[in-house]
Amino acid sequence: MITEAGHYALVLALALALIQSTVPIAGARWGDAALMNVARSTALAQLLFVAVSFSALVMLHVSSDFSVVNVFENSHSTKPLIYKITGVWGNHEGSMLLWVLILALFGGLVAAFGNNLPLSLRAHVLAVQAWIAAAFYLFILVTSNPFLRIATPPIEGRDLNPVLQDIGLAVHPPMLYLGYVGFSISFSFAVAALIEGRIDAAWARWVRPWTLVAWIFLTLGIAMGSYWAYYELGWGGWWFWDPVENASLMPWLAGTALLHSAVVMEKRNALKVWTILLSILTFSLSLLGTFLVRSGVLTSVHAFATDPTRGVFILMILCLFIGGSLSLYAWRASALKQGGLFAPISREGALVLNNLFLTTACATVFIGTLYPLALEVLTGDKISVGAPFFNLTFGPLFVPLMMAMSFGPLLAWKRGDLLGAAQRLTAAGIAALIAIAVIYAWTYGGSTFAPLAIGLAIFVIAGAITDLAERMALFRVPFATAMQRARGLPRATWGTAFAHAGVGVALIGIVCETTWNSEYIGTLKPNDVAKVAGYELKLDGVTQRQGPNYREMIVPFTVTLDGKTLSVMMPSKRNFTTRASSTTEAALLTRGASQLYISLGETTNEGAVAVRIYHKPLVLLIWWGPILMAFGGLLSLSDRRLRVGAPKPAKASRALQPAE
Amino acid sequence: MTRKQRRLTMIGGSLAVLAVAAALVLNAMRDSIVFFSTPSMAAEKQIPTGKRFRLGGLVQPGSLVRGDNLAVNFSVADGAATLPVAYKGILPDLFREGQGVVAEGALDASGVFRADTVFAKHDETYMPKDVADALKKQGHWKDDYGAKPSASAVPAQGASK
Repeated sequence: MITEAGHYALVLALALALIQSTVPIAGARWGDAALMNVARSTALAQLLFVAVSFSALVMLHVSSDFSVVNVFENSHSTKPLIYKITGVWGNHEGSMLLWVLILALFGGLVAAFGNNLPLSLRAHVLAVQAWIAAAFYLFILVTSNPFLRIATPPIEGRDLNPVLQDIGLAVHPPMLYLGYVGFSISFSFAVAALIEGRIDAAWARWVRPWTLVAWIFLTLGIAMGSYWAYYELGWGGWWFWDPVENASLMPWLAGTALLHSAVVMEKRNALKVWTILLSILTFSLSLLGTFLVRSGVLTSVHAFATDPTRGVFILMILCLFIGGSLSLYAWRASALKQGGLFAPISREGALVLNNLFLTTACATVFIGTLYPLALEVLTGDKISVGAPFFNLTFGPLFVPLMMAMSFGPLLAWKRGDLLGAAQRLTAAGIAALIAIAVIYAWTYGGSTFAPLAIGLAIFVIAGAITDLAERMALFRVPFATAMQRARGLPRATWGTAFAHAGVGVALIGIVCETTWNSEYIGTLKPNDVAKVAGYELKLDGVTQRQGPNYREMIVPFTVTLDGKTLSVMMPSKRNFTTRASSTTEAALLTRGASQLYISLGETTNEGAVAVRIYHKPLVLLIWWGPILMAFGGLLSLSDRRLRVGAPKPAKASRALQPAE
Repeated sequence: MTRKQRRLTMIGGSLAVLAVAAALVLNAMRDSIVFFSTPSMAAEKQIPTGKRFRLGGLVQPGSLVRGDNLAVNFSVADGAATLPVAYKGILPDLFREGQGVVAEGALDASGVFRADTVFAKHDETYMPKDVADALKKQGHWKDDYGAKPSASAVPAQGASK
C-alpha cells in the first residue's frame, strides 16, 4: 500500500511539473497574473508530493518490506535503524529520488519566499525549474523506479554495501545534492533572464543568496566526502582525483567563479553576459556530474550503478538542457545590455582574473576526467589519468589565483591602485617570508616546495587579516574606535576574509599531510611495538566481537609518547556475512590538528596482524579550511544587503525592486 | 583606455592563461598517463621494462604466495596468458584468488610485474570494468560475474613506493 502510494505521488508530481512548466509561461506571454501564479501553487504541491513519495520509500526501508526490489537489494532486517534510513539514498533509485526531492525543495523555496520577485520572472524561473524536474521524474519512473515489487517476496534482504554503512553516508550525499541541485536555481534564473531578455543588478542580488547556499552545501559536502574516504577506505588518502570526486569539484570551481562574478554584476552592473554563462555552465557541470556518477560510465571508488538505458536517458537530459540553454544563450545574450566600465587593475579586474583561473582550472579537471572516456570511445585504448596529471595542471593554475586572492579585496572598484595594495600587504608578505625561512631551516634538506607552499598559504591568511585590519583602520585609530568600525563592517566583508583564510588553512593542511606524513607498514604480533613519529604503539591483543549484522575483529593498541600513555586505539575489521565482504575500520587519534591513523590488513596463521600506521601532521586543517570557507559563506549570506535583497516577504524590500 | 583597449587587454590576458593551461595539460598528458593492459595484451605489445601501466585480469587460483615483511606474489591471468606479479604491502580487503584485480606498476628485467598499487573490488560479484571488458572481448566472460555490479573499487597504496 505504501509502495503504491509513493509511486502514485511521484506520478502526480510529474503531472504537476508538466503543468508548472507550461502554464506560467503562457501566462507570462499573455500577461495573465492568475496563470503566472499557477507556478507558485504547483511548485509547493510538487514539493509536497515528492516528499510523500520519499517518505514512503523511507518507511519501506525502515519496515524492511522485502517485497520491494529496492529494499530487498539494499537492506537487511538486522541492519541498524540509522543505516536503514540512510540506505534509502545509498543506492541508485533512492539517490535519484533524493535528487528530485531537493530539486522540488529549492523550487518550493523560491515559490514560498519569492514574493518580491517580479511576477513574470518568478513564473519563468519556476517553469524552467519544472522542466528539469519533469525530465528527472520521467527518468526515475521509466528507468529507475524505486517502487517496483517482487512477485514472490524473499524473507531476507541482500544488505547494503558495507562500505556505505557509515554515518558519513548519512550526511555526504544530501549535502552534495543540496549543492549540486541548488545550482539549478541560478540556472533557472539565468534561463529566465534570457527568455525575458532583461537582466540588471537586482537580478544578481536575487541570484547571489541561492548560489551562496548551494556553494556552502557543496563545499561542506565535498569536504565531508573527502573525510569519509579518509577514515573509511583505510589507507589514509583524502583525495583520489577520482572521476566521481572531480564530478563534484567541477561544479564547485564553476560555482565559486559564479559567486565572484555575481558580485561584480551586483555592485557594478558589469559582466552580465558572463555571469549568465557561468550560471548555465555551473548547473551543466552538476548535470554532467550526475551523469558520470549515475550512468555507470566510470568505474571508480563510488561506482554504484551500471545500466546502459539509464546512461542514455541521462545523456539525453544532459544534451537537452545544456544544448538548449547554450543555444538560448547564443541567441539572446547579445540582447543584454553592456554594463559598467572598469580598468584592468581594479576590484572588477581582480574578480575577472579569479574567474579566469577558476574556469581554466575547472577546464583542466574536465579534460582530465573526460579525456580517458573520449579516448576509449574513439580508439578503444584504455588509459587512466591520475593524481600526477592533476598535480601538474591544476596545481600551477591555483598558485597565481592564491597570489591574487589577497590583492583583490584591497583594490578599489573601477580603478585600483596595485602599488597601494602591495604596500598594505607588506606585513602579510613579510609574515610569509618569515614562515618560508623558518620552515626551510627547520626541515633543512627536505622538500623545498613545501616551505614555499606554506608561505603562500600564510600570505593568503595574512592577506585576509590585512583586509579586515585595513577596513577597521586598526593601529591607525584608537583601539575602541577600530572595534566599533569592526562591528560596523558588512558581514559580507567578514565572510570574504573567513572564506579566503579558509583556502590558506586548507593549503597548509594539504602540504603538511603530503610532505611530512610518516608511516609504518608491517606485521605485528601481540605485545609488539611500532614506532611512528615519536609515538610508540603497542599491539595489546586480538579480540572478537559480534555486531548487529557483522562480526568484528578488534585490535587494541596502547599509544605512548615519551613513556606517557595517551590512549588506546581500537582499529577493527568487520566481516559482513550477508555480502561475504569485509570493511576496515580505521582508528584515529587526534592530537591538535594532527592525527595518528591505524588500519588493519589481513591476519597471518601465526596470529600476527598486518597493520598500517600513519602519523599525519596537521591533517585536520584540510577539512577545517573548507569549514572556514563555508562559515564565511554563511556570514556573507546573513549580510543585511542580501537579507533585504533576498526573496523574502518583507515590505521594505519592495523599494529594492528594479525600475521597470 | 578606451572600451576597445580594455576589452583587448582582457581577451589577451585570457588567451595567455588559456595557452599556459593548454601547455600544462599537453605536458602532463605526455608524462603522467598510464595505459591499461591484460597479460596477453602486455605480451603482444612487448611493453618495455620500467614503463608504468595498469595490469588487469583474474588472480590465478593457487598462485598466491605470501613472503616475509608483507611481500606478496601472485599471478594475473586472462585466459590466454599469465603474468607473475610481485607486491609489497597490504592487499585490499577483498583481494581473492579467482577474482578480478587491477594492479599498477611496471615490468622488471626478469619479466615480473612489480606493482606498487593494487586495486580490488569491494563486492563479491564486482569486477573492475577494464577487466570485464577485456575478458568479454576474449570470450572468457561468465554472466554471473556481473550479476550485481554495485560496488566500489578501492585502491590500496603500496609500501614499495
